[in-house]
Amino acid sequence: MILNASGCLDALTAPEVAQSLDAFVTKTVTPLPREGNQPVRIAETDLGMLNSIGLANPGIDRFLADTLPRLLDLGVSVWVSAGGFAAREYADLCARLDDTPVAAIELNVSCPNVSSPEEEVEEIVAAARAATTKTLYAKLSPSVPDVGAAAVAAARAGADGLTLVNTIRGLALDERTLEPKLGPGVGGLSGPALRPIALAAVFTAYRATGLPIVGVGGVETGAHGLELIASGASAFALGTVLFADPEAPLRVREELEREASVRGFATPLAAYAAAHGGPPPTPLRRVA
Amino acid sequence: MRRELLDVVRVEDIGPYRLLRVRRGRLESGIPGQFFMLAPPGRLLPRPMSLSLATRTEFGFLIDPIGPGTKALTGLVRGERLNVLGPLGNGFRLDVEKPLLVGGGIGVAPFPYLSERLGRPPAVLGFRSKAHAETAALVPNAEIVVEPRLVTEAMPAGHDVLACGPEPMLRAVAALAPAAQLAWEAPMACGYGACYGCAVEIGGELKRLCVEGPVLERAA
Repeated sequence: MILNASGCLDALTAPEVAQSLDAFVTKTVTPLPREGNQPVRIAETDLGMLNSIGLANPGIDRFLADTLPRLLDLGVSVWVSAGGFAAREYADLCARLDDTPVAAIELNVSCPNVSSPEEEVEEIVAAARAATTKTLYAKLSPSVPDVGAAAVAAARAGADGLTLVNTIRGLALDERTLEPKLGPGVGGLSGPALRPIALAAVFTAYRATGLPIVGVGGVETGAHGLELIASGASAFALGTVLFADPEAPLRVREELEREASVRGFATPLAAYAAAHGGPPPTPLRRVA
Repeated sequence: MRRELLDVVRVEDIGPYRLLRVRRGRLESGIPGQFFMLAPPGRLLPRPMSLSLATRTEFGFLIDPIGPGTKALTGLVRGERLNVLGPLGNGFRLDVEKPLLVGGGIGVAPFPYLSERLGRPPAVLGFRSKAHAETAALVPNAEIVVEPRLVTEAMPAGHDVLACGPEPMLRAVAALAPAAQLAWEAPMACGYGACYGCAVEIGGELKRLCVEGPVLERAA
């Protein structure tokens, strides 16, 4: 299954791109509207890009009234990325989304451009779990001392799956003035630089929980996607690559089939968890 | 929105700027002021460029080689190819009675194409040096202004102004001609509304320039 990374696609301005994915993940929706951060918001780096968008979004009221109906009209499976600043806010968002036709809710507990202490993961997921019966994914940051512990915390609190990873903090300076290129200073680093970081996080979280995982981080080709699957992802998402290549979903899907086939796998998912020494029969939840 | 791998024809020097000529393939030329995302070899992100020239077989993009992306684009040679996505965004409204093009520096990039589409109207083009002003040869009926003189000192009144240039110039033009159509610029990662990187304040709200613009009817 190929998705987009949250915040890397607007299905309403590029419906054909969203329709080429297996599911569309929205930009993070928060309880109240957010304008986002002051420009400059993006900068290219040697092995990636920095962004500091700051969760710009219309807020849950306008999202439900205006955005979601138009998304559903596109005929795509919709995952809603939900973000807040307290466990109660995540719970409220989930309760509001519970009786909509969205396919899943992804809890953004990891945006690097807003603060969200790691120890709150369990509390947030538990509050969200109590508020919805929807499929619930927790999107975790790789910038924690022990991503396995964070994954276990999310699993223990009732997450159905994990999304790994979000961006990590980075800084780029203007060559001439040596001032930060981004308005707010630091931003989230994405793109090829994230690839080994995402692989390690998926590998570790799979070992720790056995939960379904959406792997995200620097995927540009089918081979990159296959590596995430081999590390323990059951799906993966395209992020920065979509900016340069809106046709990436179709290309990556073809490459994925081919890359799996040349390695002797009948399907890409036959390579599931291959990096762990052979695929397990089913994803088991190895949490007490 | 269409993306194609285009063949480089050649890159010409135009003063300190460079004109990248490519085979246009099956891409539409769009409305002047719309833009294309050009993928520089070896870089992660494409760069937004307005179309300067459109012939039956070729597109031309006027580029100021100031950073790694623009240098990679202008370093292309015949036989190489690059990905081009477009046309994107909203161009100039062409149903104007008495057009006047007002441009500054690399902001004159869309004007050769715009001038052709509008029947070669008068233009006032400002540059920081005589060398930069060589670019004016691409735009018919242009009055050239070189710093310290400014385009706003040479703008005749009573025209429908279509402007493109640095932000201080656009603001000064808008102060003199409030109804001017202004083509703005912002860093963009995607050009089609996905990244939210090109947000500018429009009507008191931060909006995506690639979706709402880059040509706006009022000062952003």
